[in-house]
Amino acid sequence: MREAATGSGTDLPDTHRISLAGPADFIALLKPRVMSLVIFTALTGMAIAPHNLHPLLALFALMAIAVGAGASGAFNMWYDADIDAVMSRTQKRPIPSGVITSGETLGFSLILSGFSVMTLGFVANWLSAALLAFTIFFYAVIYTMWLKRSTPQNIVIGGAAGAFPPMIGYAAMSGSITWQSVVLFLIIFMWTPPHFWALALVKSADYEAAAIPMMPNVKGSARTRLEILLYTIVLAPVGLLPWFMGFGGVAYGCIAAIGGAAMLVMAGRVYTIRDGKFANKVAMQLFGGSILYLFLLFAVLLAERLVPLIGIWAGWIK
Amino acid sequence: MMTKPLPPRIMLTPEQAKARRARNIAIGLSVGFLVIVFYAVTIIKLGSAVFRQVG
Repeated sequence: MREAATGSGTDLPDTHRISLAGPADFIALLKPRVMSLVIFTALTGMAIAPHNLHPLLALFALMAIAVGAGASGAFNMWYDADIDAVMSRTQKRPIPSGVITSGETLGFSLILSGFSVMTLGFVANWLSAALLAFTIFFYAVIYTMWLKRSTPQNIVIGGAAGAFPPMIGYAAMSGSITWQSVVLFLIIFMWTPPHFWALALVKSADYEAAAIPMMPNVKGSARTRLEILLYTIVLAPVGLLPWFMGFGGVAYGCIAAIGGAAMLVMAGRVYTIRDGKFANKVAMQLFGGSILYLFLLFAVLLAERLVPLIGIWAGWIK
Repeated sequence: MMTKPLPPRIMLTPEQAKARRARNIAIGLSVGFLVIVFYAVTIIKLGSAVFRQVG
């Protein structure tokens, strides 16, 4: 009776429950770590684009892209609340932990999606807004609602959603899609399978419990290790494309070559070391190493554009 | 004339009231920020012409 009067019982249906969620819980719905990666890659896309946008407009455009990415993350948490509750990695997310209701999450996600797309269109241009809208749709509907629970190729195709932000950033600045932005898309697209499958090898029991058809659960560990190696063999030269095409400098070329070689070594170790206590260790090394690899590629591309600009502004470069 | 009895009101606990207040402040700040963004974007897009007097 007391529960009904205060609306605080966690056993009540969502519609009868009064939320205890604060602003920080809603920020957690946006997946801040994923958002920071989106900001970083979109900023790199903006930096390599021909500049014709006011710096303040560029800042607002970047914020709109980040909020759009966060909105799709919130939608993902709304739809996947059932499997998040089963997996150890996601059990503490706001919905399975009972902090935020499903209805609040869906409303929050839809409102932010609409506002982020409209704001980006108003601030930058409607091509980038359309790309952002497509990315949100792709992540929310194509990946989350369809692919994730139906095919072991889920993160291969779904990885496109994570690869779009630099293309959106480029389009926001220049109003166009060029081969340069397509190459940035390709780098993240080819990077996604070895990155996630390395984690899936270690967390396969979690995915099994949640009935998500990840590659190790469906095709087995050996096939996953082979696919990780094959994708990395393609990824390493794709990572060098910015240097070949001339929008990555010498520093980028060196980092991409060394990083690509390191990725190949790590993927080779995952392929060869299949059993024993080192098997999971090398898989997690690839998982962590792949994050560092992608970070370095985009950080160097960004630095090659920003350092000269800062130098001119500070008077180091005449 | 007979009036229908009102349904029982939901009494918020102090935690619920505090959380609702925090959410309201966050929504207010977000809307305020959006107003500033749209104002700034409008001024930037119109350029310096917006400050020029006609006649």
